[in-house]
Amino acid sequence: MASFYGFEPNNPLFLGTARYPSPAILADAVKRSGTEVVTVSLRRESGGEGAGQAFWELIRELGVKVLPNTAGCYTVKEAVTTAQMAREVFGTPWIKLEVIGEEDTLQPDVVGLIEAARILSDDGFQVFPYTTEDIVVAGRLVDAGCEVLMPWGAPIGSGRGLNNLYGLRTLRRHFPDIPLVVDAGIGLPSHAAQAMELGYDGILLNTAVAKAGDPPAMAEAFALAIRAGRLAFEAQPIEARDMAAPSTPVMGKAFLA
Amino acid sequence: MTLLLNGAPREIAGKTLAEVLSELGYAGRIVATAVNGDFVPARKRAEVALNEGDRIEVVAPMQGG
Repeated sequence: MASFYGFEPNNPLFLGTARYPSPAILADAVKRSGTEVVTVSLRRESGGEGAGQAFWELIRELGVKVLPNTAGCYTVKEAVTTAQMAREVFGTPWIKLEVIGEEDTLQPDVVGLIEAARILSDDGFQVFPYTTEDIVVAGRLVDAGCEVLMPWGAPIGSGRGLNNLYGLRTLRRHFPDIPLVVDAGIGLPSHAAQAMELGYDGILLNTAVAKAGDPPAMAEAFALAIRAGRLAFEAQPIEARDMAAPSTPVMGKAFLA
Repeated sequence: MTLLLNGAPREIAGKTLAEVLSELGYAGRIVATAVNGDFVPARKRAEVALNEGDRIEVVAPMQGG
C-alpha cells in the first residue's frame, strides 16, 4: 500500500463529509466504507451557534484521520491563510490544497496551485494538491515539495468518472513512485475500480456517496469496488486486443464438418 | 469601535482579538482566526490590538469534500 506522508492506510478510500442527509447517515457511511481518512473544511461561525463544534465532535468520535481542504479558495493568499487556520483547528499538517480557477468547472488554477504548494510545503505542511492530469504541472508540484498528487477524474460533483483515461494512465506511468489519488468527478463504483485498475493508490470522493439514495450502502459498494480494482492491478491485467483469441484450446478438437 | 465580523458590522468594546472573541461568545470554542486576511494563531490573540474597521474572520470545523 502507498504511503501518504508516512501514513499507510489499509483502505485506499478517502471520503468527503459534506452533503449527507444527516450526521447519523454520514457516520454510518464512514463506518460501512471502512475509510480511514475523511475530508473536512472550515466555515465562518458566529458566537451564538455551535454547529462546527458539534460536527468536530462527531468526527472525533469516528476515530478517523482528517484531511482539511481549502475548498472555495480562488487565490493563493486565501488558500494559504485557510490552510494555516485548518492546521491550528484540526491539529494536522495535512492539507488538501484547492486553488480554484473558474466557477463552471471548478477546474484547479494550476499556476496558483504550484505557488501555494511551495509556500505551504516550505512552512511544514504536507500538501495533497487537487490538480489536473497535466504531467508538467504534476512535475512542478513535486518540485514544490508535494509527495502526493491528486488529479481530478472530472469536475467536482459531476459524477462523470474518468474524463481523460489516457491522461491519467500516462500520469501513472510517468510517476510510478508518487502516491496518486483520483480526486473528484467519480460517480459510480465502476469509475473508482477503473482508476484503481490503472494503478492509482487511492480515491477521494464525496457526492457520489452523500447524494446516493442510500449513502451507507453506496459507501460500502465503493469500498468493495476499490478493493477489487486494486487487486486487479496487482494481478496484472491482460492487454486489450482488437481481434478475438480463442480461450478454449483448438488442439484436439473433434473433426465434425 | 466597529469591526467587520465575518462580513457583518459589529460594535465591540474589546481592544484585543482575544477580548473581542470572548465578548462575542467564542470562549472555549474550537475556532481559527484571521485579521484583515492574515492568520492569527490562538497564542497571539491576546497581543493583536484591533483598529476601527478591521476585518475579523472566525471559522470553525465544517463538512467538506
